[in-house]
Amino acid sequence: MDSFVESLQARIITAGESGTCLNIVGGNSKHFYGGVPHGEPLAMDVHQGIVSYEPTELVVTARTGTPLVELEQVLAESRQMLPFEPPAFGAGATIGGTIACGFSGPARPYRGAVRDFILGVSCVSGRGEYLRFGGQVIKNVAGYDVSRLMVGAMGTLGVMTEVSLKVLPLPVIERTLVFDCSGNDALVKMNDLGGRPLPVSGTAWHGGRLRVRLSGSEMAVESAALSLGGDLDIAGASFWQALKEHRLDFFGGSDPLWRLSITPPAQLPDLPGEFLVEWGGALFWVRGDDPQALVALARAQGGSLTRFRGSERSASFQSSGDTEAALNRGLKKAFDPTGILNRDRMFAGS
Amino acid sequence: MSQQLNDFSDELTRLLPAGALLLSAEARRPYECDGLTGYRELPAMVALPQTFEQVREILRLCQQYQVPLVARGAGTGLSGGATPHSEGVLLSMARFSRIIEINPRARTARVQPGVRNLAISEAVAEHGLYYAPDPSSQIACTIGGNVAENAGGVHCLKYGLTVHNVIAAQVVLMGGDVINVGGTALDTPGYDLLATMIGSEGMLGVVTEVTVRLLPLPDAAKVLLAAFDTVESAAAAVAQVIAAGIIPAGLEMMDNPAIVAAEDFVQAGYPKDAAAILLCELDGTIAEVEADIQKVSGLLCESGARTVEVARDEAERVRFWSGRKNAFPAIGRISPDYYCIDGTIPRKAVAKVLAGIEQLSAQSGLRVANVFHAGDGNLHPLILYDASKPGEFARTEALGGQILDLCVQAGGTITGEHGVGLEKINQMCVQFTDQELDQFHALKAVFDPDGLLNPGKAVPTLARCAEFNAMHVHGGELAHPQIPRL
Repeated sequence: MDSFVESLQARIITAGESGTCLNIVGGNSKHFYGGVPHGEPLAMDVHQGIVSYEPTELVVTARTGTPLVELEQVLAESRQMLPFEPPAFGAGATIGGTIACGFSGPARPYRGAVRDFILGVSCVSGRGEYLRFGGQVIKNVAGYDVSRLMVGAMGTLGVMTEVSLKVLPLPVIERTLVFDCSGNDALVKMNDLGGRPLPVSGTAWHGGRLRVRLSGSEMAVESAALSLGGDLDIAGASFWQALKEHRLDFFGGSDPLWRLSITPPAQLPDLPGEFLVEWGGALFWVRGDDPQALVALARAQGGSLTRFRGSERSASFQSSGDTEAALNRGLKKAFDPTGILNRDRMFAGS
Repeated sequence: MSQQLNDFSDELTRLLPAGALLLSAEARRPYECDGLTGYRELPAMVALPQTFEQVREILRLCQQYQVPLVARGAGTGLSGGATPHSEGVLLSMARFSRIIEINPRARTARVQPGVRNLAISEAVAEHGLYYAPDPSSQIACTIGGNVAENAGGVHCLKYGLTVHNVIAAQVVLMGGDVINVGGTALDTPGYDLLATMIGSEGMLGVVTEVTVRLLPLPDAAKVLLAAFDTVESAAAAVAQVIAAGIIPAGLEMMDNPAIVAAEDFVQAGYPKDAAAILLCELDGTIAEVEADIQKVSGLLCESGARTVEVARDEAERVRFWSGRKNAFPAIGRISPDYYCIDGTIPRKAVAKVLAGIEQLSAQSGLRVANVFHAGDGNLHPLILYDASKPGEFARTEALGGQILDLCVQAGGTITGEHGVGLEKINQMCVQFTDQELDQFHALKAVFDPDGLLNPGKAVPTLARCAEFNAMHVHGGELAHPQIPRL
């Protein structure tokens, strides 16, 4: 164990004794997400470095303060990638923050989410204990799956110090096809694509245009492109990058941004604002200030609504059922009994 | 039976229809063990509920009367996860065998937990879909058991484990509360309770409904069979394939004793003098598979394969696989008993670990054959033994423990896909610290504060570890190997 981890343990134990809340900060690129951060800042960006990476094992282990761009760069040098295509939302983004927020990019429905690629986590719990779960192997069922529990837990269960992730080869080529079509036609097409063994790695519809990204071997991509038709989008790569990082015009301006994650509908729902669809129809980004209508829609469509940017931060996440909520509170207490880690960030009051 | 257990049994008699509660020793006998037959315990009673409400009520009564409960699917598990509790109820979910809904448009299926793994793929084949995880027991094992163990199979590297392919579950908690975890949207708010539930070995709740993700059947699948003169060159070949950016649908290695046993049993066409063989399956579009087959053949030859054969047709593909799929019964043919180990190691360590196993095997006088999910590093050494010889099972277990220690030392883990159950509970003390085990206990208590679900499994008590560590010597002999240990 290194001295950083030891000092982290000491800091957390002291904070626990005095009841001081700690605000875990990586690159501070996702400070807008969830409840308002408060408490003493706990800087993790100093804890950097790739601990081990062997391309032929398809596994990388990195300290959580490692910048996301640096990690992706190292993987790309061996023609590999983080399959879940995480957005950075800022130059300083760290791999720890990425895992804690559990954000996945446009490839999510086709390659999997952050939680699908986490293999192991080292962390310091709210008790100040240094704990390691999972490991650096792809198959591992020893003990409860605490590593996956940490994904999207926003640091409320423990301060992650190292993560091990499964990586995959970069596709040999990528092509983006564009189709002019209505939203309803786009939903049908996205669903049809998902049901066929095609190398699709992204789908998005906005403003009458459906984009379909194909990734894989040259042969697979070219033959799929030929059979699908549509027009080749030569600026495809920058489109997906801008979509992932929320730099498309759609994401500009100051209107609140909502994230509606639902079962892909057969027809476009009646949405109270401008919207963009991705993930094969499973994710709608919606602008405007009418969360009530969106919550109702989320419930009807077997999903949930998240406040992403703007609007009232204390109500960022939709609540779950009572029993589920009690389990969430129980888990928080089991890992952080004094409730000092990222308090209020995920659940108000804990 | 204690008074309390008697009262509980009376309640179940009232609750369940005739024939759904087994009390006689004769009727309980078939439930005394799961696929790990070395561990046997007769449950106090066996309940076979037919409705969701009955399951809820059983769990409510268990809490009220403080009766332990062990859930069971098909009983094919290999770690003793479904070994009954002598003072408890064995809950068989066998009657929950209905496929509730297939949604071809969403490519999901909602099924009861007693549905067999293979039955899902069979039911959805007409839509050009299948359920990817394929544990070797897939003809018999149930999806409920797959969820409990986070079952894998031979296609994990590309298509993932149960945790990657189950998207939602309905779970009854001890006491009768019900939760719905996961969903048909791609994410849900709150902690990932679904992931926590998967692989939890029946310690956190009883799964009453499972929604799985279905995949489109690939256009084409082809398999290569490569033979090697050394294990090292076979291992190096695997690394070469991965380094070239190819993710095979299946990538399996067998060592010489496993090759010989399988070939004698099913005549799969394996060269019996090879030190190791690799089976590599590639799937995708027809053009893609053709290109990859060329590329992989070249890589295998460069890595020192002495022969590389491509299955010419579907019949030959099935024949190539038959040796691997029948490896366990093949071993069963040449030895009165065998004991299957389930470690996972970083792939690069395979030659070293196999050499270590060979050494341990020689020391113990017990033969070992190895089959290896080479793509994902999951190693299954099969220890050949004779249970009728006094002390041989204890020696087998000791050897198994040493092999798992070797896996942990190589940076791996004590179980890749079979679970800890009763079998590997001591090795948990090797893999985890007291604080980590304590955290597991704290997590368990959130779901089951009285510890009534599957007691004594999956996570050892600290007292047990203290005892185990006192008599355990890393990488060496156990102090008293003749003492039977649970």
